[in-house]
Amino acid sequence: MILLRLAVKNLLGAGIRSWLNAFVISLALVASIWNQSLLLGTDEQTSRASVEAEYGSGQYWQESYDPLDPLSLDSAHAVLPEPLERMAGQGRAAPILVTQATIYPRGRMRSVLIKGIDPAQKVLSIPSSVLDQESEEIPALIGSRMAKAAGLREGDTVTVRWREAGGAFNALEARIVRVMRTTIQTIDVNQLWIPLDKLQKMTRLEGQASLVVLGRDVLWAGFQKGWSFKDLAFLLKDIRQLIQTKSVGRLIMFGILMLLGMLAVFDTQVLSIFRRRKEMGTLMALGFTRGQVIRLFTLEGALHGVLAVVVGAIYGIPLMIYFYRHGYVLPSSTEGFGFSIGEKIFPVLSIGLVLSVTLLVLAVTTVVSFLPTRRIAKLKPTDALRGRLS
Amino acid sequence: MDNSYLIKTENLSKVYPMGRSQIRALNQVSLSFRRGEFAGLVGPSGSGKTTLLNIIGSLDVPSQGSAQVMGLKVEELSHRQAAALRNKHIGFIFQTFNLLPVYTAFENVEFPLLLLRMPSAERKKAVRDALEWVGLSDRAKSRPAQLSGGESQRVAIARAIVKRPAILLADEPTANLDAENSHHILRTMEQLNRELGTTFLFATHDEKVIGYLRRKIVLVDGKVAADDVLSPLQPDGGRS
Repeated sequence: MILLRLAVKNLLGAGIRSWLNAFVISLALVASIWNQSLLLGTDEQTSRASVEAEYGSGQYWQESYDPLDPLSLDSAHAVLPEPLERMAGQGRAAPILVTQATIYPRGRMRSVLIKGIDPAQKVLSIPSSVLDQESEEIPALIGSRMAKAAGLREGDTVTVRWREAGGAFNALEARIVRVMRTTIQTIDVNQLWIPLDKLQKMTRLEGQASLVVLGRDVLWAGFQKGWSFKDLAFLLKDIRQLIQTKSVGRLIMFGILMLLGMLAVFDTQVLSIFRRRKEMGTLMALGFTRGQVIRLFTLEGALHGVLAVVVGAIYGIPLMIYFYRHGYVLPSSTEGFGFSIGEKIFPVLSIGLVLSVTLLVLAVTTVVSFLPTRRIAKLKPTDALRGRLS
Repeated sequence: MDNSYLIKTENLSKVYPMGRSQIRALNQVSLSFRRGEFAGLVGPSGSGKTTLLNIIGSLDVPSQGSAQVMGLKVEELSHRQAAALRNKHIGFIFQTFNLLPVYTAFENVEFPLLLLRMPSAERKKAVRDALEWVGLSDRAKSRPAQLSGGESQRVAIARAIVKRPAILLADEPTANLDAENSHHILRTMEQLNRELGTTFLFATHDEKVIGYLRRKIVLVDGKVAADDVLSPLQPDGGRS
């Protein structure tokens, strides 16, 4: 207790130097928590949005279906197995048929994926109900990125050319009935959503689908021959890997900030040990052992970390509360991140995250504080009283 | 070794290596001090006064011979035992006061008692008493930087005597003080010696200090050149 009391007195007695050190360490602390909370927020938001708009609680893929291989799409379709068909009828699953096509917006040619979806489905958050209309043209739903890239707006018509199951090419006019705003690029870019039955007729693939998205209350519909089940761990794997990749850069930034903070603490400790030799000698004359002097100086250095937590809390907590409520507006450059993020990220904080980062900072500060104090172990009290290091 | 003495040295030598040669700071010093003595080690710089004081204070160990303090052989003590001896039985007063800069006068005086884990109420009373002895009750909340040299040394004395040590070692305690403050300090120490029975051992070459001593040990080149018991100081400042 006496060591703690003396260490606190010495730390606060050092004035601005202690506060500056603490501030630098607090920057590392707050920046790290901020970065981690943003990554967690990104992960959670992206995963939730992807689940709601694309993945459901899992998907059954026709065995040839590979979303990364467009050439496989011609053969990636099959009649739904009876259990999946029944679930689709109950609204607990949404079959989707995917085929390649070409559109000609404003006289330009553009390769797209046509995705057929039941307008009545409630499994995904896509506004598919807008496709439920009778007209000569095919009602089509596109995302805002697609609309921007192709120069299409609601009400526009565009020629769609596709290949039927027999190999013959066919074409029709499609009318853009809705441009949807979505954060999920993989249901937006170069994609045209049309009613499932229409696409099945166009391609002469009645009753067939490329994949089936399961509703939230369904975790698995059993083994289905010719179809493979993809769970969320598989479907979200790429997103999480990308987020991990982004987190490496942030870890480097955290490391640099920590390094600066620790250099400040180390420097202060070395300086203290040189400047306060007489004080050490006095403490020994008063009855301190060398071990107690080492513990005192280590504690004093380590308290920089505690002070940093206090300083960090003073500006970090209001900052986090603000962003927790209002979200962090992402710069436009994040479109190129490779995964879907909303316009705002809401940081996700957990006690575990705050505690782990805080403990890490405290532990590193303590180690850095201890290293220079090892010289004291060789210190002779008589030399210390004369202001010399042994 | 005779335990009736508080401090006893026998053939005490201290040698410091200096490059390839050696410096003999103390050479076969044999001295003994009883409880309540007010003695001084006198001699020019480099005569070994501080070295002897440091060994008696268990801050250093002899190269040869023996130093027995409170019945304990200094050369046989571990670091922890030496620290405990200093903490419980020995008070130090330094030329440069050596107060802890971030503590107030009260806290500086309280510090040795914290190490002794004395209960709070008892501790605070002892600190108030010690500050009163040295006439600094009104400066209890001042920090060392706010105190004059004389006041700082009086705080240092209060810190040294607050735990009622058996031995008080003072190394050139008046070197940084003017004559008036020096006499004030010395009178305070003499009074404490009389009232508490504390053994005072000075290292000094200040004539003002020597004037107050009841025993003067002259050290020359690490050897005891003279060991004189002085007659009591008269009110006019002279000796009978």
